[in-house]
Amino acid sequence: MADTAVDVHHGEHAHDDHHGPSGILKYIWSTDHKIIAMQYMFTGMFMAVIGGFMAYVFRMQLAFPGISVPGFGQVSPGEYNALVTNHGSIMIFWVAMPVLIAAFGNYLIPLMIGADDMVFPKINRLSYQVFLLSAIILLVSLFVEGGGFGGAWTSYPPLSASGEYNQTDLGSSLWLAAVAIEFVAFLLGGINFIVTLMNSRAPGMKAYDIPLVCWMIVIASILFMLSVGPLVAGAVMLFFDQTIGTGFYDPARGGDPILWQHLFWFFGHPEVYVVLLPAIGITVDVIATFARKKIFGYKMVLYTAVATGVLSFFVWAHHQFIAGIDPRMANVFTVTTLLISVPIAEMCFVIIATLYGGAIRLTTPMLWALAFMAEFLIGGVTGIFLGASGADIYFHDTYFVLAHFHYTFFPIAIIGTFCGFTYWFPKMFGRMMNDTLGKIHFWGTIIPFNFIFIPLFVLGMGGQHRRIYNYEHFPELAGADMYQLRQIATIALLVMLAFQLVFFYNWFVSLAKGEKAGKNPWKSNTLEWTTESPPPHGNWPKDELPNVYRGPYEYGHPDREEDYWPQNLPS
Amino acid sequence: MSGRPIATDRSATGIPTHRLAIWWVLASEVVIFGGLLGAYLMHRLGHPEWAEAASHTQTWIGAVNTFVLLTSSFTAVLAHQAAEKGDGKKAAMLLVFTIGGALTFLMIKSFEWYTEISHGYTITANTFWSFYYTAAGLHALHVIAGAIIMGIVAVGAFKGRMLHRVEIIGIYWHFVDVVWIFLFPLLYIAK
Repeated sequence: MADTAVDVHHGEHAHDDHHGPSGILKYIWSTDHKIIAMQYMFTGMFMAVIGGFMAYVFRMQLAFPGISVPGFGQVSPGEYNALVTNHGSIMIFWVAMPVLIAAFGNYLIPLMIGADDMVFPKINRLSYQVFLLSAIILLVSLFVEGGGFGGAWTSYPPLSASGEYNQTDLGSSLWLAAVAIEFVAFLLGGINFIVTLMNSRAPGMKAYDIPLVCWMIVIASILFMLSVGPLVAGAVMLFFDQTIGTGFYDPARGGDPILWQHLFWFFGHPEVYVVLLPAIGITVDVIATFARKKIFGYKMVLYTAVATGVLSFFVWAHHQFIAGIDPRMANVFTVTTLLISVPIAEMCFVIIATLYGGAIRLTTPMLWALAFMAEFLIGGVTGIFLGASGADIYFHDTYFVLAHFHYTFFPIAIIGTFCGFTYWFPKMFGRMMNDTLGKIHFWGTIIPFNFIFIPLFVLGMGGQHRRIYNYEHFPELAGADMYQLRQIATIALLVMLAFQLVFFYNWFVSLAKGEKAGKNPWKSNTLEWTTESPPPHGNWPKDELPNVYRGPYEYGHPDREEDYWPQNLPS
Repeated sequence: MSGRPIATDRSATGIPTHRLAIWWVLASEVVIFGGLLGAYLMHRLGHPEWAEAASHTQTWIGAVNTFVLLTSSFTAVLAHQAAEKGDGKKAAMLLVFTIGGALTFLMIKSFEWYTEISHGYTITANTFWSFYYTAAGLHALHVIAGAIIMGIVAVGAFKGRMLHRVEIIGIYWHFVDVVWIFLFPLLYIAK
């Protein structure tokens, strides 16, 4: 990517790269934050393809039970459980986390704060390698004797704790090990992000001059770091239950299965915000750029993100309303859960206020940003029903829950990623993406997405339980009208998956023939747009690292002729 | 300063990068032990009958180990002081004392576990013993990791290189100490 730049940069110096490996190994063994970002990005996208394939297989089984699924064959009950479990695990731990936090964080943080790399480049490389190891262990777990783990991504004991119950002795232990190792990778990466943002900012960049997406990724890293610890301890305990026969989660031996639920959701709910905040950060940056307007309430977004983070530690038990927790506790958690919608709603209002009176340009990234808002809103609003303990007793473990969290996670992990990817594509690869193909891909993703999950809301309200392999065994759930809705969802999924080919086609065509992007194709203010596209090793020539004179969102300033005002221009 | 990124040497907060990082490492460790000990406490309060199992732990061995760890932390502080003065050789010597403390701690712990296991109090005996071995084992892993890293730091310090690392490993070592200060009363004294 940057061979010549490496020479310019370190020509006279002895440097790791020079006596280090060469050729393809240079990309595998690099400590450059941009190459590590690409490693995370490509691994994440590869895992997304696997996760998407799993969704295709089990959706086919649900809509057309007993069918021999093209590309997979007949789905057995055990395989079905393994598919849904690993679809969830992969999409959250091996797609949303690596792409939104690790890939965008690695790529954007040093560039946007005007640094030449992360503060700990070697720990950064180690973080990716540990992550890759976890991904390999997970993929191996699918093919061991007994098959992959099938106890849902939440992995509740006693089902997950004993091979006697889950029938996948080795698969469950490997799954758990993969998740725990993945946590280690993100702890290593997270510390790097936090310290880099705190210490390595360009001269002149004050706290409120930092682009919001960097803030969001760092707040998310802190949230992750503070919430994952108890689950690491819980995972060790579960691992001992599985392998050496302790009874941490076995009530007959003085343990408690609810303990796992507390430890899991104490992490699991902040985790939603861990992936949501970077996606909101990307959206906010894109919206400011294409509305050509200063963000309405920069500090408001920042403070609400912090408020969301703090509140997210006090909502976890809303996943356990029917687990037998004290009803008075359920009331408390209902209140905190409904409260957390306030800061999130505030962010939505900030985005709408930013759009108001802006000179909006409907480019592909802007469409993704607007879609993020619209779709996430549906996810947020349906969360209100589930956060209220009374309604949740009925909705719990139905497809209503499933449709709700897909309306939050799909905008986060898929729409947010496409938004960021199409926006920074010119910077990453030096060429513009084809806008027409981009828009075809956009509509081909958004429309089928709604056709997948709106029917699932209806099915959920009809009482369709989440974890059933074949509804034909349940006469009250096997009516023709219900099957029709299931089939609509499955066919919409097929259409959506097919349209992803447009994205990959666009990617390769644009890489080869796209228009040269130049330094700043979107006329944006932030620092990454002041260097070459793609940026060389070291990001800027060593004596030309930028200084910062103003905030990142000075669009449409009345005193200036151009409608943007880059952060590094002296006034 | 061959290829070190400029980012590594910046300090917008005024706090050295390495010290900042170690505090974040400790923050992530605090919640790991916090989750484990919190779970243990809730269980212990709900199971008064665990007092019987707990009465078989040997308080005096725990007390000796507490003394050993605290002493090793003291030499870590002296090593930091020597490193501040630029005396790498003295810092390395003092770190070797600290490593000696870590090894003594681990030897006493192995002896203790050996006698307990030979009396039938294994990790699967009941859930008190499961917590006992899991918590102390996780702590012992930190002791082992700390001793290994301290060895690397000491070798560097002896050659007069990377003296700032003496402070960083010292901060980590105090944390390992503090975790034990919580484990000792919870697992040994509370009968």
